[in-house]
Amino acid sequence: MRMTGAKILMECLLEQGVDTVFGYPGGTILNVYDEMYRYDGKIRHILTAHEQGAAHAADGYARSTGKVGVCFATSGPGATNLVTGIATAYMDSSPVVFISCNVSENLMGKDSFQEVDITGITMPITKCNYLVRDVAQLADIVREAFAIARSGRPGPVLIDILKNVTAEEAEFTSIPRSEHANNGRLAALIKRASHDFRAPEPNDRDINILADMIRASKKPLLICGGGVVRGRAQKEFTEFAEKIDSPVAITVMGAGGIVGRNPLVTGMIGMHGTQASNMACDGCDLLVAVGCRFSDRVALKPSSFAAQAKIVQIDIDRAEINKNVKTDHHIVGDAALVLSRLNERLEPQDHAEWKKYVFSFKTETEYDEGGNTLTPKQILTAIARLMPQDTIVSTDVGQHQMWAIQHFRFDYPGQLLTSGGFGTMGFGLGAAIGAKVANPEKTVIHITGDGSFRMNCNELATEQHYDIPVITFVFDNRTLGMVRQWQNLIYDKRFSQTTLDFAPDFVKLAEAYGLKGCRVSNVAELERAIAEAREYGHGYVIDCAIDTDEMVRPMVSGGAHITEFIVS
Amino acid sequence: MSEVKRHTLAAIVDNEAGVLSQVSRLFSRKGYNIESLAVGTTSDPAVSRITIEVLADDDHILLLANQLRKLFPIHSVKLVPASNSIRRELVLLKVKAPTSAVRSEIIQIANIFRANILDVSIGSLTLALIGEESKTIAIERILEEFEVLELVRTGVIALERGQDTIYDETKEKGEFNYGKNVL
Repeated sequence: MRMTGAKILMECLLEQGVDTVFGYPGGTILNVYDEMYRYDGKIRHILTAHEQGAAHAADGYARSTGKVGVCFATSGPGATNLVTGIATAYMDSSPVVFISCNVSENLMGKDSFQEVDITGITMPITKCNYLVRDVAQLADIVREAFAIARSGRPGPVLIDILKNVTAEEAEFTSIPRSEHANNGRLAALIKRASHDFRAPEPNDRDINILADMIRASKKPLLICGGGVVRGRAQKEFTEFAEKIDSPVAITVMGAGGIVGRNPLVTGMIGMHGTQASNMACDGCDLLVAVGCRFSDRVALKPSSFAAQAKIVQIDIDRAEINKNVKTDHHIVGDAALVLSRLNERLEPQDHAEWKKYVFSFKTETEYDEGGNTLTPKQILTAIARLMPQDTIVSTDVGQHQMWAIQHFRFDYPGQLLTSGGFGTMGFGLGAAIGAKVANPEKTVIHITGDGSFRMNCNELATEQHYDIPVITFVFDNRTLGMVRQWQNLIYDKRFSQTTLDFAPDFVKLAEAYGLKGCRVSNVAELERAIAEAREYGHGYVIDCAIDTDEMVRPMVSGGAHITEFIVS
Repeated sequence: MSEVKRHTLAAIVDNEAGVLSQVSRLFSRKGYNIESLAVGTTSDPAVSRITIEVLADDDHILLLANQLRKLFPIHSVKLVPASNSIRRELVLLKVKAPTSAVRSEIIQIANIFRANILDVSIGSLTLALIGEESKTIAIERILEEFEVLELVRTGVIALERGQDTIYDETKEKGEFNYGKNVL
């Protein structure tokens, strides 16, 4: 059947099972939005306040569901406003398809109004991107883009479509998603020797080598990385950890990869890792990292990282092997598949003595209580007590992020939405909106700081308009807390440009957006506020006063040995 | 960390707009300067072959090769070892030759290096030389005495000796512990 490019795009989204699109219209993408008007009821569009919010929302949708998120934007500034969102998704391997439109062919390359080379700009922050100049190729490209976004190590893909392509017609035949790999570009790509759709069956020899290393180990440590979360390999990973009887350290991206309350879990590892995790890393004789790329926030000093251990890396992306830390053995493959093969082969181990040593170090940080402000721990304890166990937690970036990840015990992959790799302040609200849209039955909270919240608080308008009841907790210390912490510890208390005592009144801000809010400075007020927010059932902002000099503890400096805590 | 040396990477890529910039950007964002780059079509017009020379140590060249392999327009990547390959580049040199004495001296040198004289004018000679880099650098050094007016090199192209080709590289595990990339 012949149809316009805009209609082909809609049909392709339906082929992919897309039910929600986050976006923002504009001149060049008008044809697409015009067509979407006719698809009302089949595809829901969430109009955000800003394209960046839409990008984070699509990302939050993807992270919380494991499905591909979809985001629309127009050319020029619309497209460039996506850039931070795309980079955020890229660094955390989140599957999002970004669709932007560009000026028509006759205007291309002439510095036309709202023209920008977005495929050039996003080259290093997408798995791949496409400039669609021929309507006959559109369907094929969209199918390939979705497949690439979701398979292997997931990640963002951008499709930039010229405006004339959205108006021109081509023949379109719907193909069910299961058949896409047998058609067109995707089939050609898979036929090549270089790429494949599915993860390979792990090599027997590699599995046996690792099994023998595990049997020989007296002091093993596992790292649960983002790959366990993205690969939804919780069951296999947990069985693996329990079989080996090994302590498990968790990275920021790995939160939820194993139930946080599992007695084997030592907590976060790295810069703000627990003493138990970091000491275990330093003392172990075998380190098995699953879906972890040893970022500089985990392997702070690669040369001395787990220096006494044989290091094994299991990752779906071969380019990550040996990139940051030199390994002794590695297996390239899907976490669930590799771990289930290992589990079949391994007999239960016992490391009671080693565990006793590891857990003799602290797995929690204590904070001083009292004074006129709340402590991070008080806030997080109250939230954990009063909110449902399966609450989805979205964070921004900074101290509040580290506190939340240190304190909460996440139960399942996709429960924590946080910008780990790119560290995007302003990620949280958009992500929370996306997660709530995708998971209407779940409670979604947004943990933020006053600095992060100011960046993209405009999305409160989206919350209000679509009545997306997200509860925002502002850890309000009237400063850029994490930067101030470094200034406190490393820069001799020169608080250059980090004081935010001119912040807006967040309660009035919430009210200005048609939502409710309140400011709390002790536990009783906080508990009342949480009860009221839940009762209210719409967007709600709780501004929690905390001390300006509260720190994230423990802390190891960047580049330092993992047990050199500068604050404990 | 092992010693930094010149490595040659060959890649078969889709013959499409933007692919070369994707490849070259990868090198720059990983912190590597491309020493030499040669691109041309192959017997299959749908794909091109890129030959890149880069300074890196043995560990990092493998990481770079693996990063390259991830790019979707790339069909295969092979490290072409200097010890087991044929490597050639073409150099065109325009040398100042104001007198017939200088001209004949330059022609003598060209003969020794088996360079071809492509153009003669009253004031200059243009030479073409095909060879490995050591040879092209040697003639450059000698001709510097006569003032080289202009010099252009194509960049090194390389083929492995024997029957191995870049096309079968991806089928073997071995060298890079290499199977297919998962999309």
